[in-house]
Amino acid sequence: MGATILMPALSPTMTEGKLSRWLKKEGDEVKSGDVLAEIETDKATMEVEAVDEGRITKLLVPEGTEGVQVNAAIAELDGGDGSAAPAGDAGTPATQQGSKAASVNLPESNATQHGGEAAKVAKTAEDYGEVSARGAARDEGVAAQAKSTDAAPEKDWGETKPITVREALRDAMSLEMRADGDVFLMGEEVAQYQGAYKISQGMLDEFGPKRVLDMPITEHGFTGMAVGAALTGLKPIVEFMTFNFAMQAIDHIINSAAKTLYMSGGQLGCPIVFRGANGAAARVAAQHSQDYTSWYAHVPGLKVIAPWSSADAKGLLRAAIRDPNPIIFLENEILYGQTFDCPVAEDFILPIGKAKVERKGTDVTIVSYSIMVGLAMQAAAELEKAGISAEVINLRTIRPLDIETVLASVRKTNRLVTLEEGWAFANIGAEVAMQVVEEAFDYLDAPPVRVAGLDVPMPYAANLEKLALPTVAQVIEAARKVTYK
Amino acid sequence: MANGTESATKRGGANGKEAVPSTAPSAGHNQDLLSRAYRDMLLIRRFEERAGQLYGMGLIGGFCHLYIGQEAVVVGMQMTLQEGDQVITSYRDHGHMLATGMEARGVMAELTGRIGGYSKGKGGSMHMFSREKGFYGGHGIVGAQVALGTGLAFANWYRENGQVSLAYFGEGASNQGQVYESFNLAALLKLPCVFVIENNRYGMGTSVERASASKDLSKNGAPWGIPGEQVDGMDVMAVKAAGERAVAHCREGKGPYLLEMLTYRYRGHSMSDPAKYRTREEVQKMREQSDCIEHVRKLLLESGRGEAELKAVDDEVKAIVADAAEFAQSSPEPDESELWTDVLVETR
Repeated sequence: MGATILMPALSPTMTEGKLSRWLKKEGDEVKSGDVLAEIETDKATMEVEAVDEGRITKLLVPEGTEGVQVNAAIAELDGGDGSAAPAGDAGTPATQQGSKAASVNLPESNATQHGGEAAKVAKTAEDYGEVSARGAARDEGVAAQAKSTDAAPEKDWGETKPITVREALRDAMSLEMRADGDVFLMGEEVAQYQGAYKISQGMLDEFGPKRVLDMPITEHGFTGMAVGAALTGLKPIVEFMTFNFAMQAIDHIINSAAKTLYMSGGQLGCPIVFRGANGAAARVAAQHSQDYTSWYAHVPGLKVIAPWSSADAKGLLRAAIRDPNPIIFLENEILYGQTFDCPVAEDFILPIGKAKVERKGTDVTIVSYSIMVGLAMQAAAELEKAGISAEVINLRTIRPLDIETVLASVRKTNRLVTLEEGWAFANIGAEVAMQVVEEAFDYLDAPPVRVAGLDVPMPYAANLEKLALPTVAQVIEAARKVTYK
Repeated sequence: MANGTESATKRGGANGKEAVPSTAPSAGHNQDLLSRAYRDMLLIRRFEERAGQLYGMGLIGGFCHLYIGQEAVVVGMQMTLQEGDQVITSYRDHGHMLATGMEARGVMAELTGRIGGYSKGKGGSMHMFSREKGFYGGHGIVGAQVALGTGLAFANWYRENGQVSLAYFGEGASNQGQVYESFNLAALLKLPCVFVIENNRYGMGTSVERASASKDLSKNGAPWGIPGEQVDGMDVMAVKAAGERAVAHCREGKGPYLLEMLTYRYRGHSMSDPAKYRTREEVQKMREQSDCIEHVRKLLLESGRGEAELKAVDDEVKAIVADAAEFAQSSPEPDESELWTDVLVETR
C-alpha cells in the first residue's frame, strides 16, 4: 500500500509555489513529522512535514521547480512497515484523479496545470460569485427578521401612575429577579452603594449579595465573566455605570456575546442584558458624553433598545431580561429623574422591536429615540402653533428596527426628519432614511433631513456643549425645510 | 501539595531546564490509565496530522492551529474532571475537543466547513462547542476565554453545584490584561476555576522570554493569593497529578488554582507559519527527547505491554481518524438557508 504526497497549501490564499529543496531522496525512510522539502511561496519559505510513513519510491518534482500547483503529486511513498495510512488517504476520488493528472504533467511543463487545484480555484470563484449575488437577497432576509419579531399591537394596560424612569428600571429588575432565580445584577457600585445613579436602590437588601454583586472597576474582565455565565444559561444583568466604560468590554459584547450562537451552529445562546447610561449627561466632556447606539445597532446577534419614558423603561427592560439573546439597553442619565405615567399592572411588559407613535400628525414624520423623543415632542408642540402637524415616532427598539411603523407614517406625511444625539455620520437617522428611500421613495415629497449631534467631541464649556447637541429650534427648522414652510 | 513558589517540574518539561529522559513508572501508576492516556494522546496526534494533510489539500480553509506536541496537557487534565465540569480554551482547540469526548467526525467536518460539523460549518477550526461534553469553545480572541472561563466557574459558584471549570490559555495570552482581571475576580469570589497556562514557548513567533517579564508564570497569580505550580507538560501523569491537586482545591471551595504546563508545539503557530524564529534542531530535540506519546509508549512497553497490544491501539486510532476524514469530505456543505439561521434565538 503506498501513498502519494501532494503539494500542500500552506496558507489560505496559496495556489502554487516553488519546490526549492528536497531534504529527502528516493529510497529514504520517512517518519511522521520528518521534514521532506522546503517550499517557497510569495510570502515565505516553509517546510513540508511528512504525515504518512514509509519509504520514498519516487520524487516526482525536481527541486527548483517553480509554479507547482497546490495538490499536485510531488512524491510517492510505499507503505513502509504496513502501518502507514492507506492509499485512500490521498483524498476523495476526484482529488486523486486530479493529482494523477498533475503528476504526469508536472515534470515536463508547469504551465499546463489542470487537475484538482484548477477545478478548486474555479469552484472558489464561482462560490464568491454566488455569495455576492446573494447580497441582493440580504434585504429580504433583514425584512423577514424584522417581521418575525413583530409583536401584537400595543394593548391598553389600564391604570397608570407617575413614576420616574429610575423607579421603572428598578421595578423591572426586581420583578424579574423575583420571578427567576437565574437572573442577577452585577456592576460597579450596584450593591452596597445602592447604585451610582441609585437605579438598584434597595435591591441588595431584598436579593442579597449573591444576586446583587459589586464588581471591581474592571469592565473587560467582569463582562467576560458575565458572558461566560450566560453561556451556561444564567441570565446576568450587567450594569455599566455609563456606556462610555463599556468600551473596555466591547470585545466581549461583540465577539463573545453576539457571535457565539452563530459560531456554535445554534448550540450556545447568551441570555444577557447590558444596561446603563448612554449619551450626553451634562458638563462631563468628551469621554463621558457619547451616544453609542449606532455602534451596537451595527451588529447582527445583538438586540438594541433605547427607551424614553418610564413605561418604555419598565416594559422593555422586563422583555429584555426575558429575551434569550444578548441585549444592549441604552438608558440616559438625564432621563433617570424624569417622571412619566406608567401602567401599574403586575404583568406589564412591552414587545421588543415595536416603535410607538407618541404623537399623531399629518405633515411631517419625526423619528427619534431615547431622550431626544422629548425634544421631538416639544418641537411638535411648537410646530402645531405654526400650523405644521408633526407625527413623532419613538423607535424604542433600534435593532430590530420597526421600519414598518416609520414607513406607514412617511406614506402618510411624505416627509421625514430624524433626530438623535449621535453624530450624523453613519448614525441611526442615516439607516432610517436609507430604508425609507429604499422602500418608500415615491412617497417622499422632500429629501429626508437628519438632526444630530455636531461632528465634534463633546466640549466641556456650557455654551459650547449646548451648541453641540440638537435643539428644538433645529428640529423646527428641519420640519419647515421638508414641508417647504 | 506544591504551592505558590514550589516547582513541580520533575522531568524538565519542554523548557528543557533539565533534559532528562523518562523514568520508570512509579508504583502507583495505574496501567489502565496509562493505556487510556496513550490512546487519547495518539488520537489527538493522528487527528491533527490528518487535519494538516487535509489543509494541505485545500479541504480546510482559513486558520488551522495544530496541537501536535502538547497532547499530554489536555489528556492529563481531562482525567481529573467529573461529568458536568467545563472546559474552555483558545483557538488551538482540536485536542481539547477530542479530550472532552467530542466526536472526531464532528470536529473534522467542522474543519472542512460541512453541515456535519459541530457548528454546522459556521464556526470552523476555532469555534466549536459542545454543551453536552462541557466544552465551551474554541475562542479566537487571545485571552477572551480566560474571562469567559471565569464566568463558567462563576455559574458553578452561583448554582452551588460543586463543579469545576478549566480555562486553558497560552503563555502569550498570559500577558493580557483581562487575564489579571479574571484572576482578581476569581480570587475575590473564590470561584472554582483552574487556570491552565499551556506554555509552549512561542506566542506565534515571539518567544516567552521576549514577551513576558515574568520568568515563572506559575507565580503570576501570587498577588491574588492563587496557588500555582509549574508542571512538566510533556508527562501526562505529572499533569494528571498536578491537575488533581488543582481540581481538589477548587472543589473544596478554596478558590482558583494556576498551573503552568511546560510544553512545546512541534508545528508552526498556524499552518501558514514558516517558523523561522526557532531552529529545526530545537524542534527535533524536543521530538526525540521529550515527546509525550513516546514517553508513555516506553512506560507501557517496560511494564510488559506487548508491541501487538500497542499496535492494536494505533490501528483503532487510525481507523477513527480515517473515518472522520472520510465523513468530513462526504458530509455536504451547509444549505444556503443556514446563512440566516442562529443569528438570534427565535422568540415567539
